[in-house]
Amino acid sequence: MRRSLFGLLAVVLGLSLVAASCGSDDDSSTKAAFIYVGPVGDAGWTYAHDQGRLAAAAETGVETAFVETVPEGTADFGNYARDFIEQGFNLIIGTSFGYMDDMEALAEEFPDVVFDHVSGYKANGTNFGNTFGRMYEPRYLSGMVAGSATSSDLIGYVAAFPIPEVIRGINAFTLGVREVNPDAQVEVVWTSTWFDPVVEGDSAQAMLDKGADVIAMHQDSTAAGEKAEAAGARWVAYNSDMSAHAPAAHLTAPVWNWGPRYTEIIGQATDGTYEGGYYWGSMADGVVDLAPIAADVDAAVKAAVAERKQQIIDGSFHPFQGPINAQDGSVYVAAGDVLDDGTMLSMDVFVEGVIGSLG
Amino acid sequence: MTEASLIGLLEATVSFGALLYLAALGEMITEKAGILNLGVEGMMAIGAVTGFVVALQTGNPWVALVAAIAAGALIGLLHGLFTVVLGAEQVVSGLSLAILGIGLAAYMGRGSVGQPAGAELVPVDWGPLSDIPWAGPVLFQQSPLVYMAVLAGIAAWFVLGRTRLGLAVRAAGESAPTTDAAGHSVAGLRLGAVATGGALAGASGAYLTLSITPQWTEGVVAGRGWIAVALVIFGAWRSGRVALGALLFGLTLALKTRLQTFGVDFSPILLSMLPYLLTVGVLVAISIRSRNRPSPAPAALGIAYRREER
Repeated sequence: MRRSLFGLLAVVLGLSLVAASCGSDDDSSTKAAFIYVGPVGDAGWTYAHDQGRLAAAAETGVETAFVETVPEGTADFGNYARDFIEQGFNLIIGTSFGYMDDMEALAEEFPDVVFDHVSGYKANGTNFGNTFGRMYEPRYLSGMVAGSATSSDLIGYVAAFPIPEVIRGINAFTLGVREVNPDAQVEVVWTSTWFDPVVEGDSAQAMLDKGADVIAMHQDSTAAGEKAEAAGARWVAYNSDMSAHAPAAHLTAPVWNWGPRYTEIIGQATDGTYEGGYYWGSMADGVVDLAPIAADVDAAVKAAVAERKQQIIDGSFHPFQGPINAQDGSVYVAAGDVLDDGTMLSMDVFVEGVIGSLG
Repeated sequence: MTEASLIGLLEATVSFGALLYLAALGEMITEKAGILNLGVEGMMAIGAVTGFVVALQTGNPWVALVAAIAAGALIGLLHGLFTVVLGAEQVVSGLSLAILGIGLAAYMGRGSVGQPAGAELVPVDWGPLSDIPWAGPVLFQQSPLVYMAVLAGIAAWFVLGRTRLGLAVRAAGESAPTTDAAGHSVAGLRLGAVATGGALAGASGAYLTLSITPQWTEGVVAGRGWIAVALVIFGAWRSGRVALGALLFGLTLALKTRLQTFGVDFSPILLSMLPYLLTVGVLVAISIRSRNRPSPAPAALGIAYRREER
């Protein structure tokens, strides 16, 4: 067994040497390795990525592999990436923000390997690129569902950290809420953690105690939903359809659908067209979407959401189109204007209707 | 701040207080016998995952709780094996246990991550008591583990302070040779204390996954085991004071994100530091005081005992 492994390794190394010496980029045997920050069974962020991996593998037929629960800010990422590269993997996809600098350095060290990083802001124009999704689009739609569901007009939003990605989501959600329910307010609770179910659940409980009857979240665990379920309130989940965790509370969820993007990256890596740029995929691209809306939600609400979804996809509506007021009542987006990508990517103000501070 | 918010705060304070108290009480008993076990975080993780997995398989939360307690005691005994039987350095063994427990729990729970709970320990219904305004929700609608924590605290106070067994345990923590000379088995007493400590840490871990947040994920203990270790020092190795400290530390956990909903703009990160800052304060106070009187720490804490070795 051991000998055959060495033999295999020698063959792989030999082949890659041949490939490298020929200077050929059209090595058709793309092998894609995924490095995840959480466990694939987390029902959230990492689960969604692994579903994407499976979909892309089925679509393209290439060999894929993954390693889960790789912490940020340690040597682990580099070690796993090097292991994969030694095994002949020539596409490395890392799915956590904190992998960014490691991936940038590795991309320089291994120019023949493609590195695609999810959720960061760096790229090198050749073999290191960036992928993320316009989650604010389905967030807006989920806000419409939440705004229709609340009767106390207070919605709790359990959120991780005040970074642009999260602020953008809160704002889009709130704009959706207030399109259908102008009196409703969205109160933000910062947990300062991505994954601590105890804190997340307790933060949701604090908002339920305060009178919120819908809980939304930008967290990776399902704890907020379980508290909403126990209190007889409703819940807007995140990352993936989490209805199994709180069947009565679950309204809908803005979800990731990484399959199409991963298929695309594998295709580009295979035919040598990968450019190492910035990719910010939309609902039209299929990278983000809204999970099915709960059966007990009014058909009129579902129809309104479906209409908005179609408008966002065809470009006739943008969640951040003016007029939009900031939290303090000043004009944030003038009538007729639409926020550009740069402003959205560095968003650091709340819109009107949000209760809470930016930390 | 509304009435419901304040009641919610007190309810969470009692709940988190009991979570910390179970683990801290176990650590206090262990230290009373002269063994320092820094592995509380790992033992809680083992209890948490065992409780969740057994609940998934049996659907019975009580069986799950018993299994978690047994698993905690077993992993505690591992520390006992190294420190009591083999005389290993307690700090090293304890830290190893913390890391081992977290890793082992992650391994045991691989298949259970993200799964809906198999069973939960639902709050106890005390009938009319549960309907009393304020006191009802805060004291009489809590998880069974909260009442177990209270009972365990009373039992520890009674056994340690009022019985021969308790006297022998404390003697083992003050002077092992004397205890040995008096005809007690130092190893037996210490192993018993370590197992009890592990059992209580296991119960605390199960409280997390069977009541507070019925799901399993790696890192669900999230440093609360370390707060429990600090709490023993904060409470000066006395079950009553540790209980008060548990409520105080529980309040800081409950306030962590609630403070924002009260309209107070105070960083949750600073609030998370509070238990440790308070403990450092108490350590300073103890060392200033102990210039004149003896430290409240057991005198033989951390010192391995082997007969005929001086």
